[in-house]
Amino acid sequence: MTTERDRDLPDRRIALIDLLDRLLSGGVVLTGDLMLSIADVDLVRISLRAVIVSVSGQMEELWTPVVRAPLSEEGRTQ
Amino acid sequence: MANRLRYTYAVVRPSSALEHVLSDVRGVANASVALVRSTTVAAAVSSVPEEEFSEQALKDRLEDLDWLETVARAHHSVVEVLSAHTTVLPLRLATLYADDAHVREMLGERRQTFTALLDRLADHVEWGVKIYTEPSNETAPSEPPVGGDLSAQSRPGRAYLQRRSDQRRAREDVWRAAEEMIRRIDAEARDLAVEHARHRLQQGRLAGGPGENVANDAYLVPRHLAEEFRDRVLRSTEGLPGLRVEVTGPWAPYSFAEPAAPDTREGAPPQ
Repeated sequence: MTTERDRDLPDRRIALIDLLDRLLSGGVVLTGDLMLSIADVDLVRISLRAVIVSVSGQMEELWTPVVRAPLSEEGRTQ
Repeated sequence: MANRLRYTYAVVRPSSALEHVLSDVRGVANASVALVRSTTVAAAVSSVPEEEFSEQALKDRLEDLDWLETVARAHHSVVEVLSAHTTVLPLRLATLYADDAHVREMLGERRQTFTALLDRLADHVEWGVKIYTEPSNETAPSEPPVGGDLSAQSRPGRAYLQRRSDQRRAREDVWRAAEEMIRRIDAEARDLAVEHARHRLQQGRLAGGPGENVANDAYLVPRHLAEEFRDRVLRSTEGLPGLRVEVTGPWAPYSFAEPAAPDTREGAPPQ
């Protein structure tokens, strides 16, 4: 069992995949003038599949919307 | 002079201090960054060349991982600068408008939504928490099969099955430990975080890191509890063999930058 403290190195580069998790499935989605946001994520999923998906042959969705739930004392619906 | 488009990074509450901070920041396409205001909200934007960011150009360039990485890092660096000074609503990558007037129009139409989100996210940070299995050690010694080595040589089938079953057991142990780790993290998170988001598991060439990613979560945590959250998550996960936990952040609230889905509102989140 090991742990990593990401900020031990101030100029440590953020892993691209962590960034893409947030920039392609998080963030506010606005259509924009070019109708890009949604269409382009689909495009990225398709075009980068060869790069990103393991060779397992799984065709699961890349960067599906994040699943969010509030954390509260009442607990979450199961 | 070539046509320009407005690349939008994030929505913030405008201030002259923020404009001053942005005055020497460079964003996507090495462009300067400015605030486009609409009364109480503003968007951070860069003017970028149409030949690189038009719809058709993007379709081609998004095929290029190096280009994608450059834009993603530039986008993030602007969000980070803003985050150091104010609450930020990051926008999704590659959101473009024709001109400032269109950006203003969008801000005007969504002012109430943005204002509510900015209020909700004020003084909160996002932490990423990822769990990995350590690469398994396939050569772990196992119980010699009944009858000793001679039997292993003369009955390779049995030895093979024994090995398979040992591996399966080891894997089950790791999954049990992972479940326990997730349970512990959840217990800490309930004390400190106000929201939880689950990202897809990371796999493939970009996933990096040894081992297999078995959880990829994000937590929204009040800023004054941020360090405590990270420390407690790391401490709570100690002593579980075969697993590694990685905490990333603090991030701007990328994973929480949308109105909470109505069906997840079980009473107001704690403030």
